[in-house]
Amino acid sequence: MLRRLHQDQPESFAFTPDNLAWAEAQMTKYPAGRQASAVIPLLWRAQEQEGWLTRPAIEGVAEMLGMPYMRVLEVASFYFMFQLQPVGSVAHVQICGTTSCMICGAEDLIAVCKDMIAPKAHQVSEDGKFSWEEVECLGACTNAPMAQIGKDYYEDLTEDSLRDLLTRLGKGEVPQVGPQNGRFASEPKSGITSLTEYVNASIKLNASAQLADDIGDTVKRIDGTEVPLRAPWGNASEKTTAGEPAEGAKPAAPAPSKTKAAEALKPAPQAKPESDGENVGTKPEALDAPKGGEADDLKRIKGIGPKLEKLCNALGFYHFDQIAAWTEDEVAWVDANLEGFKGRVTRDAWVSQAKTLASGGETEFSSRVKKGDVYE
Amino acid sequence: MLQDQDRIFTNLYGMHDRTLDGAKKRGHWDGTAKIIQNGRDWIIDQMKASGLRGRGGAGFPTGLKWSFMPKESDGRPSYLVVNADESEPGTCKDREIMRNDPHTLIEGCLIASFAMQANACYIYIRGEYIREKEALQAAIDEAYDAGLLGKNAAGSGWDFDLYLHHGAGAYICGEETALIESLEGKKGMPRMKPPFPAGAGLYGCPTTVNNVESIAVVPTILRRGPEWFAGFGRQNNAGTKLFAISGHVNNPCVVEEAMSISFEELIEKHCGGIRGGWDNLKAVIPGGSSVPCVRGENMRDAIMDFDYLRGELGSGLGTAAVIVMDQSTDIIKAIWRLSKFYKHESCGQCTPCREGTGWMMRVMDRLVKGEADEEEIDMLWDVTKQVEGHTICALGDAAAWPIQGLIRNFRDEIEDRIKAQKSGKMSAVAAE
Repeated sequence: MLRRLHQDQPESFAFTPDNLAWAEAQMTKYPAGRQASAVIPLLWRAQEQEGWLTRPAIEGVAEMLGMPYMRVLEVASFYFMFQLQPVGSVAHVQICGTTSCMICGAEDLIAVCKDMIAPKAHQVSEDGKFSWEEVECLGACTNAPMAQIGKDYYEDLTEDSLRDLLTRLGKGEVPQVGPQNGRFASEPKSGITSLTEYVNASIKLNASAQLADDIGDTVKRIDGTEVPLRAPWGNASEKTTAGEPAEGAKPAAPAPSKTKAAEALKPAPQAKPESDGENVGTKPEALDAPKGGEADDLKRIKGIGPKLEKLCNALGFYHFDQIAAWTEDEVAWVDANLEGFKGRVTRDAWVSQAKTLASGGETEFSSRVKKGDVYE
Repeated sequence: MLQDQDRIFTNLYGMHDRTLDGAKKRGHWDGTAKIIQNGRDWIIDQMKASGLRGRGGAGFPTGLKWSFMPKESDGRPSYLVVNADESEPGTCKDREIMRNDPHTLIEGCLIASFAMQANACYIYIRGEYIREKEALQAAIDEAYDAGLLGKNAAGSGWDFDLYLHHGAGAYICGEETALIESLEGKKGMPRMKPPFPAGAGLYGCPTTVNNVESIAVVPTILRRGPEWFAGFGRQNNAGTKLFAISGHVNNPCVVEEAMSISFEELIEKHCGGIRGGWDNLKAVIPGGSSVPCVRGENMRDAIMDFDYLRGELGSGLGTAAVIVMDQSTDIIKAIWRLSKFYKHESCGQCTPCREGTGWMMRVMDRLVKGEADEEEIDMLWDVTKQVEGHTICALGDAAAWPIQGLIRNFRDEIEDRIKAQKSGKMSAVAAE
C-alpha cells in the first residue's frame, strides 16, 4: 500500500529530555553496532510525543541510530501503526474491522465514526479533536467488537457505548478502559467456568485497565515523565554482545577474533552512556560563548546537521579552528560524548574538513551549503 | 473437563494477584535453578517426551525445534526470540498470558534460553498491545529486582538477559524470518529458507523463534513431568491448550482446556452454547483466519486437535482461535473480509501474493454482491491454487485457504447469490 509523507511538515523535531533518556536506554537493548534494531520503538515514541510521525522526527531518529534517512522512511511507511498525517488532537480512534469484530457489529461502529468524526478515514473532525480509521485485527477477538483509542482498548462495544465514549472524550474526560459491558477481561460474561479458586475479590480491574488507571495516560501525548525510567537489563549478555559480527558483515560471517571482540567492547553502549564517555580521551578546550559573539556555521562541515550543530555548541564548540586543532585524543573524547551521534567526528572526518574551512577554503559540501542547496 | 489444578495458566483472567509474589504463590518460579541444573539435554529430552507441539499455528514439535540449535558455539551467540506478535484474526490468547500471567512466560524464557545456550532473549510483542507491553515489562523489571534475571539468573549459574521489543502493526512480522528482519530494524519481509534461523537468524546468529504459549508452558511441564502433560489429548496431540472462542456464541471467552476436547463440550461448558442453539450454527473457523472454514453440521462432533481438524475436516487447529458464525452471518462476506485482511497485510515481496491477494479480494467483492458468472468461482479456485505454495512465506497459502474452504463448503450459496442477482436483473429488465 502506498503511504507517503504528509505535504505539510513541521520545522523541527526534538525528543523531550525524558523521552530522549528513554530512547537512549532502549538502544542499549541491542548488541553494539546493532542500534538500528531500536528504530521501531524510537519512531513509536516520537509518534506518541507528537501524535503523528513527521519528517523531522524520521530524520532525527535516523541520526540517532546512524541510519540513512531512506532506511527509516522505509520502516515508517511499511508499518501501519505509524500515522504519516496529522491526527485528532484528542485521539485517533481505531476500529477493529476484521472478521470476528465484523460479525459482531464493527460495521455499526464504523458508521458511528463516520457520523461523529468525519466521513472518511484519516480525516480530522471539524473541531480538530478526532480522526479515525478501520484497522486489521487488534487481537481482542473474544471481546468483539472493540476499538483502540489512544493507548487503550475499549472492548465489548455497542453503537451507543461508542457514541458515549466519544462524547466524553471530547469533553476531556477519560472513560474507564477495558470491556464496556461489565466484564472483567476475557472470561465468559455470565461468570467464570474455570479458575474459580484463583479469585481475589479485591482486584477490580484487569491488568490493562489497571495500568491505564494508574498511569492515566490513555490519550495523553507522552513526554516520558509518566513512569520512572527503568533499564535493568544488559549485564548478563555483555560477553555475548561483544562477540557480535559488526554492522554490515555478512549474516553467516565467522565470529570476530578475540582481539576484535575486545575492541568492539570499548564503545559498547551501557545503561549509563555518560560513564564510559568520560573515561575516553581528553576533553578539548571548550568556550562558554562564541568568540566575538558569532559562531561559525558548523553545518558547512559534512556530517554536521542542525541537531549536531546544537549539540556541538552545547559542548562549547563554535568555530572551525577549534575543531581543526583537535588532537587524536581529543577527537576520541568528542566521539564518545556526542550523545546519539557517537563516532561521527572520525566517521565524517570533521578535523580535515575544519582545517580547510578554518583557513578560508571551501569543500565541495560547504559550497553547496552556502548556495542553500542542503539546508533551508 | 480439565480440572483447575491441571491448568497451567492459573491467572488467565488476571483475577488473582498478578505480581511476582502472586505468581510464586501459584507455584511459578519454584525450583527453577534445579531444573536448569539438570542440564540442556535433560530439558530437551523432557520437552520431546511431553509431546508439546508449537502453539503458534504450525504445530511443530517444540523439543525437536530446540534440538536444531548448535550444541557447541562457533563463537556466535545464540538467541531465543519469542513471537508475541499475535495478529492472526481470531487469536487473542497470548495477550492474556502477557498481561495477566506474565511470569509463566518469563520463567519459560529463562529455561528455554538455557536449553539452547542463549544468554539473551528477545520478546517481540505486537505494537498495538501497549498495556500488555507495559505489564510484561513491569514483570520483567520485577524479576530483575528479585535476581531471577540478569547475572546468575534465579541462582542457576546461567547469565541471562531478557529484552522486550515491539513491532508497529504488521501481521507479516508473525512469520519468524520477517520477525527477525523487523527486530533488526528493517521492513518485515520474510527471508528465504535455508538458511533456517537455527543456522543463521537474528544478526546472523543461531536463533529459535517460539510462540508465547509454547514457551510459557515449559516450566510447568518440567516441574510436573512430561507424562503429566502427555496425559491430556490424543496421541500426537498432547497437552492443554488455550482456546479463544469468538463470534456467535453466548459467552465468547479465552479458556484453557485439554487438547482433543470435543467442539460441543468446549462450547457448552465455557461459552454457554451457540447463539440461537445448535441448529443455528452455520460455519466455524476452528483455528484462526488462515485455516479453511467448516460447515456447522460437521463441527458439532469435531475433536479439537491438530490431526482431527486437518485429517477429517480439511481444516486445522492453527492457533485454536475458534470463530463461530451463526445463520445470520453472510459467510461470503465474512471470508471476503479475510481476503481484504490478507491484501492489506501482504508485504509485497513476492508477486503471486502481492498481486494475487488483491485479485482474489476483488473477485470476492463481486461474489459478495453476486455480480459474477458461475465460471468465475472456478477461476477463483484456480488462482488460489496458483498463489498457494508459490511464495517465500506462508502468507500466500493463508490467503488462499479461507477462499478454498468457502468454495468447498458453501459453493451452493455463492451460486444462489449469483443466480438471484441475475434473475433480479432480468426481472427488472422485463418489468420495464
